[in-house]
Amino acid sequence: MKIIACIKQVPDSEAKVKVENGQITWGESPLVINPFDEYAVEGALQQKEAHSGTVTALCIGPESAKEALKYALAMGADDAILISDPALEDIDSIGAARVLTAAIQKIGGVDMVMFGRQTLDNGTGLTPAQTARFLGWPMLGWVGRITVEDGRVTVERVLEEGRQIVKAKLPAVLSIVQSIGEPRYPSFMGIRRASKATIPVWTLADLGLSAPTAAVKRVEIMNPPVRETVCQIITGDTPEAIAEALVEKILAEKVL
Amino acid sequence: MKTWVYIDHFKGEVQPSSWEALGLGKTFDSVTALVFGSGVETLVKAAFEYGADEVIVVDHPELGDYRAEPYASTLSALASSHTPDLILLPTTARTRELSAMAAVDLNSGVLTDVTAVEVNGDQIVFTRPIYEGKVLEKTICTARPIFVALRARSFPKPPRQEGRSGPVIRAEAKVDAQSIIAGYSTTEASVNLGDASVIVSGGRGVSNNPALGLDEKATAQKGFELIGELAAVLGGAVGASRAAVDAGYISYAHQVGQTGKVVSPDLYIACGISGAIQHLVGMRNSKLIVAINKDPEAPIFQQAHYGVVGDLFQIVPALIAAFKKRLGK
Ligand SMILES: Cc1cc2nc3c(=O)[nH]c(=O)nc-3n(C[C@H](O)[C@H](O)[C@H](O)COP(=O)(O)OP(=O)(O)OC[C@H]3O[C@@H](n4cnc5c(N)ncnc54)[C@H](O)[C@@H]3O)c2cc1C
Ligand SMILES: Nc1ncnc2c1ncn2[C@@H]1O[C@H](COP(=O)(O)O)[C@@H](O)[C@H]1O
Repeated sequence: MKIIACIKQVPDSEAKVKVENGQITWGESPLVINPFDEYAVEGALQQKEAHSGTVTALCIGPESAKEALKYALAMGADDAILISDPALEDIDSIGAARVLTAAIQKIGGVDMVMFGRQTLDNGTGLTPAQTARFLGWPMLGWVGRITVEDGRVTVERVLEEGRQIVKAKLPAVLSIVQSIGEPRYPSFMGIRRASKATIPVWTLADLGLSAPTAAVKRVEIMNPPVRETVCQIITGDTPEAIAEALVEKILAEKVL
Repeated sequence: MKTWVYIDHFKGEVQPSSWEALGLGKTFDSVTALVFGSGVETLVKAAFEYGADEVIVVDHPELGDYRAEPYASTLSALASSHTPDLILLPTTARTRELSAMAAVDLNSGVLTDVTAVEVNGDQIVFTRPIYEGKVLEKTICTARPIFVALRARSFPKPPRQEGRSGPVIRAEAKVDAQSIIAGYSTTEASVNLGDASVIVSGGRGVSNNPALGLDEKATAQKGFELIGELAAVLGGAVGASRAAVDAGYISYAHQVGQTGKVVSPDLYIACGISGAIQHLVGMRNSKLIVAINKDPEAPIFQQAHYGVVGDLFQIVPALIAAFKKRLGK
């Protein structure tokens, strides 16, 4: 089984991201593998263990994004490819999907592509379905469990309406959610292997693509309005007295 | 500006923020609503009553259960022959896929989680949160049609006008599904956190009631019954922290936060939740936040408007009683 896990590098969620002098900054906070994409790597590794095969981590990003790919290698991915090109700085999700599609086709013979549900930075959640559409493969989104048998995949999709069981032919595109299981920590051996790995870098020319033009363009960034919350602690002699005082306050706010 | 609104539903149950999209569409121009599915006449009626001026219906047995490919192919075929400028949708798991694929077909663009729209002549500017709401961006889309997926509860829901109707256009389905829905392993009562105006959430603290003398999970489930009772009194939904979900106290569909749902109800009551950043990014835009926690140092209090330092197993039952009394239930 040949599996690809698509990952992105993003600022850690603890990071204080803000706009400063017209730029988005996050101070000294580290860049990490997008947390949702850890589930994608975990899902890919589970399938590799069940059926043997390889897991390739794939990322579009700057040179520094190699660190996120190394994390995937340390978790157990067999190899990693970085797609990096100055012309890819301002791509939208369709652009990313187009580039990932070309890379998946170049790799060839792929059975499953695993995505995260969403990125923390741009957070559109569109890239997986757009890649599936370009590839012409079935899209199985929000997957929490995967079984593969005779070239067919059965998944459990974790939806608001319940857990939906869906079957499709391989190759297929999946996006993976938390129910797949806690992403494994990199092992000591994994970290050593990852630190020595050389990660190939593909450019647009390597993929035979010209620079994509983004239909969706950012024209302004800003900090959200600050909200001054001073918490008023409600006290009282008994739970009943506290509850009554709190209900009074809530009703006065006219939110009900 | 030719505006379409896609009415998102699951087996006939409409995502209420579809009506918010209709309301927004009406502020630009007359609106055509799109209803896809099988046996969807009641939805067509509802679309008119919420303000649609015209409805395009695609009614086909193969569209009974939503699947990305046939819905997307049907939508892009319609859009390429009718050339709308804007296609408004609520942001849901389904519409992310649908708009993503249709935009590929039409070589256009999608904006998700849109919280504001400004129209200046030909230029339409969309505001959406990025970096988990830590930054806002304004974006434009140079291609047409623009798929605009709205964040729930960001635009007012129009009033329903009983009996209002209009012209119906029937269109063909493109049936090209690439998957088979084999069924549902669990059908949880649908948890509609995104649209809820009140959410009462429980965290790991919900399992901490030694007085019950039960094991941890049974205690937590009792605790969530209590949370559910408060939610019911307020006509709200039940949310949860990831710690509660991971421990198996309640299903993932209830999870609020970075890897769960982002919500912005009018009232959010956090019970036994510490307030980790990954939880806060999912609920801090709620209008009024109330926290109940034993630990006065819990970071949730820094986000809350009102707080109670105490045992939720004492406070929540008292709150249920007090609300029942005041709301006349
Ligand atoms: C990549 C990533 C993604 C994540 N995504 C999410 C997410 O989507 N949503 C999310 O919620 N978390 C998420 N987390 C986890 C998050 O970091 C916290 O671990 C989690 O939110 C903690 O849940 P909690 O507040 O219920 O538990 P705890 O932090 O254990 O807090 C329990 C609280 O209950 C209080 N308490 C105990 N007993 C009582 C009682 N009887 N009465 C009143 N109060 C009591 C305690 O004082 C404590 O403050 C994520 C973490 C990571 C790393
Ligand atoms: N630059 C990228 N490189 C590789 N994969 C990506 C990239 N951007 C997005 N993805 C994948 O697409 C998913 C959804 O991203 P998004 O559509 O940006 O929310 C992510 O969880 C990743 O799996």
